Amino acid sequence: MYVKQISVFLENRSGRLAEVTNVLGNNGIDISALSIADTTDFGILRLIVNKPDLALRVLKENGFTVSATDVIAISVEDKPGGLAKVLNILHRCNISVEYMYAFVGKITNEALVILKVEDVDRTMDVLRENNVKILSPEEVYSL
Amino acid sequence: MNYWDKHMECIDREALHNIQLKRLTETVKRVYTGVPYYRSKMQELGIIPEDIKELDDLKRLPFTTKQSLRDNYPYGLFTVPLSEIVRIHASSGTTGKPTVVGYTKYDIGIWSEVMARALVAGGGNKDSFVQVSYGYGLFTGGLGFHYGAERIGASVIPISSGNTRRQIQLMIDFGTTLLACTPSYALYIAETMEEMGIDKTQLKLRSGIFGAEPWSENMRKEIESKLNIKAYDIYGISEIIGPGVAFECECQNGMHINEDHFLPEIIDPDTGEVLEEGKYGELVFTTITKEGLPLIRYRTRDITALHYDRCDCGRTLVKMEKIIGRTDDMIVIRGVNVFPSQIESVLLEMGDVEPHYQLIVDRVNNLDVLEVLVEVSERIFSDEVKRLEQLENKLTRAIEDTLGISVKVRLVEPKTIERSEGKAKRIIDKRIF
Repeated sequence: MYVKQISVFLENRSGRLAEVTNVLGNNGIDISALSIADTTDFGILRLIVNKPDLALRVLKENGFTVSATDVIAISVEDKPGGLAKVLNILHRCNISVEYMYAFVGKITNEALVILKVEDVDRTMDVLRENNVKILSPEEVYSL
Repeated sequence: MNYWDKHMECIDREALHNIQLKRLTETVKRVYTGVPYYRSKMQELGIIPEDIKELDDLKRLPFTTKQSLRDNYPYGLFTVPLSEIVRIHASSGTTGKPTVVGYTKYDIGIWSEVMARALVAGGGNKDSFVQVSYGYGLFTGGLGFHYGAERIGASVIPISSGNTRRQIQLMIDFGTTLLACTPSYALYIAETMEEMGIDKTQLKLRSGIFGAEPWSENMRKEIESKLNIKAYDIYGISEIIGPGVAFECECQNGMHINEDHFLPEIIDPDTGEVLEEGKYGELVFTTITKEGLPLIRYRTRDITALHYDRCDCGRTLVKMEKIIGRTDDMIVIRGVNVFPSQIESVLLEMGDVEPHYQLIVDRVNNLDVLEVLVEVSERIFSDEVKRLEQLENKLTRAIEDTLGISVKVRLVEPKTIERSEGKAKRIIDKRIF
């Protein structure tokens, strides 16, 4: 099982981000991580929530273009060089990160990071072999 | 190769020009003496019927428009005493008064002849069973096909439109070989057959002639495979005569215009200037044999191009392409004529975009700019910025190749493009002239 990320297409218009968060809030959906990638015209909002299937449904019902993407959640040591260590491993194995972002909240002494890669399974194997802590969907959704 | 009137359909072009010129000069004389409207229009331009000495002089004559017909509602442009009129047809008139057309007995004969040519080119003969599923009534579709099919001696099944299950049952029972209806109704019939569990092999259908609305090559393929027939296009507007103004042959690459009755021109819709062969512009017709309501240089508002090269079917009659748009939808950007339908076909060809789009024209620093908004559907949405940017670039290039002017494509959220009564508003022109 992979961690499911919700991606939402947003035009660069004021109020759109508020509308997405309103829809989620009204349906009792909690956001644990988010990132926005934007160009001059549009943006893509990426979210980790506690109820991804429900989020997908209610956002669609409200007319948003939404998709679900498999991503990996890892925890790294919250100290200088903690993230670098993991990225070095991926680099050595020729795995390029398409994008990544960090969690809003965190566990004591650990920083939580979301990684998007092309080959999710292989990346997870590499991370496991190198003793990087991977979070299960249940752990992520309950944050 | 089957023709209804081989002599006229395959006539030497020079001989045709002589016939056309003779008929044109007679028609001009007739409208000049018989219709005050035409007389005053010609007087305004300072021309008399005797000025029309060659076919090329056609371009000196004034245009007639739908508005001319409305201004002279209902019978003002008729050239014969009303006692000579044997039939009246009319358009639905959704945007004002209906357009009224009248036929003499002779006109009905012409109509039957041109429709006979269309039906024979579309696989019909005296042994055919022709199911006319166009509407009968004020609309010209039903009766136009009816008279043409009787003229070739086929057995006509005048079922009109509607009651689709019964249509299909009778198609089987009566052994229909040729179906005449709108292309969308043909598809609906095919879908209903599937629902009823009827296989196409139960039909004797061999061909269909479909018109009265625009349809694409993809739609043709779908109809042909679902009904196991050859599907032919046909063009007509009631002002000119109804269906049968132009028809498709077995080559299926353009419609032959019945030029011995209807003289075609392609003009620039803005300047009225006649355009050369192959150029897209507004289709204009002059009827040169009709008695009841002859029309001089009638602007159809349909956009197409003409091709005079010889057709493999042997017919020498000029061919017109499928209608690519309406002048009503046309916008001029940096001097280039742009039709929303061109952009729609690019989007459909790309296959991965919903054809929900909008054109926004604006003027920035005295330069026209065209922005094309395209709604992002779930099918094409990616959570990676670079994929969406690639899509924007691909669309930009494809649209620029088609239009010949630079555009800016902008991806927008679904349902952001305004829809009025289910129809999307395709153009927003912010320029101030």
